[in-house]
Amino acid sequence: MSTRVLVPTGALGITFDRAALARGIAAKPDIIAVDGGSTDSGPFSLGSGTSKYSRAATKSEWRDLMLARAEAAVPLVIGTSGTCGTDATVDWMFEITRELASELGQRLKVARLYSSQSPARVAMALAAGQITPLSPAPDISAEALGAMSNIVALAGAEQVQAALATGADIVIAGRTTDTAIISALPLARGDHAGAAWHGAKIGECGAILLEFDREGFTVEPLVENACCTPHSVSAHMLYENSDPFILYEPGGHLDVTCARYDALDARRVRVTGSRWVPGRYTVKLEGATLAGYQTSILAVLRDPHYVAHAQKWADELHAFLACQIAQRMDLDDDAYSLEFRLIGMNSALGHMENRSGEPVEVGILGLITAPTAEMAEEIGKLMNPYVLHYPLTKDEELPTFAFPYSPAQSERGPLYEFALNHVMELEHPMQAFRLEVCEVGHA
Amino acid sequence: MRRLSDRVLKVRSKNAGPFWVTVDVFCGTPDIFEQVRLELHTEAVAALFQQPSQLIKRFDIADLNVIKFSFPRPVAQGARTDRDMHGAQWAILLAELKVGS
Repeated sequence: MSTRVLVPTGALGITFDRAALARGIAAKPDIIAVDGGSTDSGPFSLGSGTSKYSRAATKSEWRDLMLARAEAAVPLVIGTSGTCGTDATVDWMFEITRELASELGQRLKVARLYSSQSPARVAMALAAGQITPLSPAPDISAEALGAMSNIVALAGAEQVQAALATGADIVIAGRTTDTAIISALPLARGDHAGAAWHGAKIGECGAILLEFDREGFTVEPLVENACCTPHSVSAHMLYENSDPFILYEPGGHLDVTCARYDALDARRVRVTGSRWVPGRYTVKLEGATLAGYQTSILAVLRDPHYVAHAQKWADELHAFLACQIAQRMDLDDDAYSLEFRLIGMNSALGHMENRSGEPVEVGILGLITAPTAEMAEEIGKLMNPYVLHYPLTKDEELPTFAFPYSPAQSERGPLYEFALNHVMELEHPMQAFRLEVCEVGHA
Repeated sequence: MRRLSDRVLKVRSKNAGPFWVTVDVFCGTPDIFEQVRLELHTEAVAALFQQPSQLIKRFDIADLNVIKFSFPRPVAQGARTDRDMHGAQWAILLAELKVGS
């Protein structure tokens, strides 16, 4: 018996190829699996517990997947719902699903898999020695955990299997590993474990049809004229992976060192020899902490004399502003942070930059981070006239630089930082997760 | 000495999770792979990214004609002083490195 998994796209919310989806449905999949998130875009989604993608885009794409699911009459699973997979974004995705079920006249059994962790629970695990840091890991304590705005654990195949075992038509999962939503069904049906995880890693970027069996898996692209080759399939293990041969998952790791990649034809590749190595049952944790509130300010230097001395100008302005902020706001420089990035010189790479040139203009991006939004904004306002007029020499007529808009300072809102790179040991897979099952839509 | 990007197909970089960055050099052919493998020293890559060489994981993957370097990000993705959320511009430093004779 083989298991066919349809992965219609790499992520819900970025649009996908409807013709590829139709081709996948025509191939009679056993399940449709789609990823709803990742940490790719940074810590804001997890910190705030909100989706990075618009509700409208998500809903329109989910609508098409719900229609495809009804046609195929197989389960539809979304992992890491709402970009970060917190309980709040699972509920957000559930609301969208409920609305669509009504609009489409579908009656559905929906399982929600929740991955959020309370700081107190993680602190207990820390005290019990069940938390292990990965490298590199931020220092943590019960206090640091308590300050995190959101903590999630990455569910593996077992938790997704538990959700599927409820007989749900749709599984809305919180944070899962990218691969678990794909590997869950083949593993549950006894397909080759190494193949299940390896195929899941290859297929996560969609639009792909994966066929798993007892010896290996076959990967087939669904976009017209797309081809999978042994090279393209094996090279995918390089992508966003620090080790191209090993992939850690809850309960073990995948080792593809001895995998064989054979072209079945011009489009499809057969993979065998991937190995699953069982280990301790640990789940990875992700957490985000509020690191302050930001205001930014942007000015552009076009005067060639200032462009030529932009770094000196920014350094002197910075020192001058630190005095002004200390005197007028009574703030020491450890009460806030101010950084200038020189766009056109080294703003992307900072001290790693090894090239210099003669830019036409230099953008001055000032980033102010403070404990409150009000303080950040107040510092921005205080800085504004100096960023506009600060002179390189005392006796020259005051220069006026280019502000691109009014006001030149903008509130950026909260700044979150990733605060966990740890794994947590579980006694059984569902220990840190919970399931809720209900029916939605028309009776 | 030529820039690495003049000799290979592509140099790309990306975060591998919020705490790591990984850089892939696609050499294209076994000949170029073999030349670049011998000429591109891990110490030079470490110096370029201002990392201690012992933190750099290196994979010379002959089957793919790829050389891969992974190392911890000095600043976690999206932290206050991070300058490149996706770590994708880091590749340019390596692409511009002069390698060989």
